[in-house]
Amino acid sequence: MTKTTGSRAYIKTLENEGVTHMFGITGAALIPICDDLLDSKIKYIPGVHEQGSAHMADGYARASGKPGIVQVTSGPGATNIVTGVATAQLDSAPLVCFTGQVPMNMVGTDAFQEVDIIGVTASITKWNYQVRDPARIPWAVKAGMYVSNTGRKGAVVIDLPKNVTTEEAEYDYDVKVELEGYKPVIDPDPHELDTAVKVLTEAERPVIMAGGGVIASGAGKELAQLAELLMAPVATSLMGKGAIPSNHPLSLGLCGMHGRHEANYMVPDADVLLVVGARFSDRTTANLSGFAPNAKIVHIDIDRSEIDKNVSSITKVIGDARHALSGLYKRLMVQNIRTNGWHNRITEVKQYCETYDYGTDISTPNIIRSIRQALPNDAIVTTDVGQHQMFAALHYDVYESGTFLTSGGLGTMGWGLPAAIGAKAAKPDRKVLAICGDGGFHMTENNLTVAVDEDLPIIAVVLNNKLLGMVAQWQRLFMDGRLSTVDRDYSVDYTELSKTYGAHAVRTETLDEFNKAMREAVDADYTTVIEVPIDPNENVFPHIPPGMGLKDILTDD
Amino acid sequence: MTMSLNVISFLVENKPGVLFNISNTIRRKNFNIHSITAIAGEHEDTTRITITSKADAHEIDKLVEQMSKMVDIIRVKRLDPLRTIQRDLALVKLHTADPMAQEEALEIINKYKGLILDIKPDTVIAQITGSVNEVSDFHEEVNHIGVIESARTGITAIEKGWVTLMEK
Repeated sequence: MTKTTGSRAYIKTLENEGVTHMFGITGAALIPICDDLLDSKIKYIPGVHEQGSAHMADGYARASGKPGIVQVTSGPGATNIVTGVATAQLDSAPLVCFTGQVPMNMVGTDAFQEVDIIGVTASITKWNYQVRDPARIPWAVKAGMYVSNTGRKGAVVIDLPKNVTTEEAEYDYDVKVELEGYKPVIDPDPHELDTAVKVLTEAERPVIMAGGGVIASGAGKELAQLAELLMAPVATSLMGKGAIPSNHPLSLGLCGMHGRHEANYMVPDADVLLVVGARFSDRTTANLSGFAPNAKIVHIDIDRSEIDKNVSSITKVIGDARHALSGLYKRLMVQNIRTNGWHNRITEVKQYCETYDYGTDISTPNIIRSIRQALPNDAIVTTDVGQHQMFAALHYDVYESGTFLTSGGLGTMGWGLPAAIGAKAAKPDRKVLAICGDGGFHMTENNLTVAVDEDLPIIAVVLNNKLLGMVAQWQRLFMDGRLSTVDRDYSVDYTELSKTYGAHAVRTETLDEFNKAMREAVDADYTTVIEVPIDPNENVFPHIPPGMGLKDILTDD
Repeated sequence: MTMSLNVISFLVENKPGVLFNISNTIRRKNFNIHSITAIAGEHEDTTRITITSKADAHEIDKLVEQMSKMVDIIRVKRLDPLRTIQRDLALVKLHTADPMAQEEALEIINKYKGLILDIKPDTVIAQITGSVNEVSDFHEEVNHIGVIESARTGITAIEKGWVTLMEK
C-alpha cells in the first residue's frame, strides 16, 4: 500500500461509498479537503449559510433514500448546522455531516474557530465521532454512512481535525465496519409476527396507523396489501403522509391535532390498532386518554425503545416495516378474515366527513389543490412549518410514497426551500415544489441563490399573510384574540426580492392567476417563486386544542 | 411509583466520550446518578460501568432501552435486584488522638471486618467493604468518634449464578 493524505482518503472513501453530491460551505479547516475535491467526481453544491446546506442534504436524503452529505468548516460552520442536524435526527432522515476542526494539538485551547461540536451535537445525533488518527478515516466515513442509513435512520456528525486530513498514512479502504454495540434488527422475530397475527385475526374494527417508518423502508405496497386484506382503514401521522396513496379507498389521511375528521373519528373507534413505524408523538395522539382507548395496540417499529414509550401496546414486532408487513400479510393471507360490516362504517364516516366547502376564493386549501392539479403525480413537494404545512397535510393528495417531505418532529421554519433544492439535486427529472409561508421563506430565502446559480430549478409558492400564522391562530383561539409578536407586515417585497436572486417571480391575486402561473412554472426549466397574498385571518381546521382528545375537534362552524 | 436504588450495568467501547454520552442521556431523561464506577475491562478495548440511580424501576427500564440504542454501548442492563450482589468500598480517616477513641474505632472496624491501612498517633485510616447499607452503617457508628475524611467508590455489582451481562 502507498501512503496518502487523510484528505484524499476521505474523498476516496466517499466515492467508494457511492456519494455523488455534497452540500456545504468551505472554510480554513477544510482547505486540504477542498483541494482534493477538485480532482473528484463528487458534485459539490456550495451553500449560502450552513443551516441551508444541512437542510439541502436532508432534503436530498429524504428524496433519494441515500445519506445526504454536508461538509462545513470548524467553529461557526459547525454550530450553524445544529438546527439541520436536529431536524434530520427528529425525522429519522439519514444525514451525515463532516465538520472541519482545528488541528488536534490546538483542540481544547479555544483556538480560532474551534468549537467542541462532538459535545454540542451529542444529544441530537444518532452517533458522532472525532477522527484522531488519519488511518481511521475510511473506517469513520464508512461507519458514519452505515449508522446513518440503517436501522432507524438518523443524523451522524464526523469531526475531522485539520492535521488528520493533512497527515499521511496507509489506508485500508476495505476495512470492515463492525460496531459491537450497533446491530439493527431488520427481520422480525417469527414469534412476534405470530402473536400479532393472532390479535389481528380477532379484530372486528381494525385500523392501521402508518408513520414515517413505512416511507423510510419503502413499504407502501406492503401496507396497502395488508390494509386491503384486513379491510382496515389507514390513518397516518404527519411523517407517514403518502405511506398510502391519498386516493386509496382505505386512506383516512392525517390523524392528530390537525388531523382529518375521518382519521380522528375512526382511530378512537378501533378495537385493534396496528401502528407501523410511528412513534405516537403528542401531535398525532392528542390527549392519550382519547387515543384509541378501547383498542389493542400492535406496534411495529425498528426502534425497540419506541415500544411502550408513550403508549402501551399489547404486542410488538421489532424490525423493518416492509419485512414486518409482508410477514404479517403472508400469515394472514391463509386465514379467514372477518370484515363484516366494518367497511360499511368506513364508507359511512368518509361520506359524513366529505363536507369540506372549498369555494372559489384564493384560500390556502384552494391554492394547495391547484398545486396538486398542476403537478405531475411523481412531483416532490416540501413544506415549511406552520399553518400552510397543516393545510398541505390536510388537502394535498399524495400518490407516490416519499413525495411529500416536511419537517415534522422539530418543526423547523425555513426548512422547506433548501430541502426542495436538495430534493431537486437528488431527483433532477422530477418537478420539485416548496410550499412556504412568508415567515419561514424569509428565514432561508437566500438559498434561492443556490437554486438559480447551481441550476437546480424549483418552484416556491409563498403564501403571504404577513403574519406568523400558526401562533396567531393559537392566540385567536386560546388567548382571547390578543395577537402578540406575530406581526410580519414588513416592507420587503418577496416577489422583487426573488427576482434579485435571479429567480422568475410573480405575485398572483386570484385563483385563475395562480393557476396560470403554476402552469408556466411547471413547464419552465428555471426557478420560479409565486407569491400569493392570503387572508391573515385564515385558521387551519380541524384543530384539537392542546390537552384534548382526538374527537374534541374545533371547526370553523 | 416506587423509588428504589436501581443498578444499571454497562459494557461499552473503551474510548473518549462514551461516559459523557451516557451521563448526558441520563441527564436529558431527568434521572440523577447516585453512584458511578468505571474501569477498562480484561480486554483493554471495553469498559465496564456500573451506575446506580434512585427511580421507579419501570422508568429505568425505558432509559435502558434508550441507551441500548447508543452505538458505543455494547450491552446495558438493569440488574435484577433479587439476584444482584453489590459492594461499596470506603476509605475512612478517623480522628483518634484520644486512646479511648482509637480503641473504640478499632473495635468498630473489626466488627465491620474492615482493614486498617494506616495508623498515626492521632489518625486511623480504615478500609470498609460491604453493601451500600453496611458501609453507611459504619459511617454512622464512627461518626461520634470523628470522621476527618471519607472516600467511597460507589457500587459495583454482579448477578448470581450463570447470568452475565452479555447474556440476554
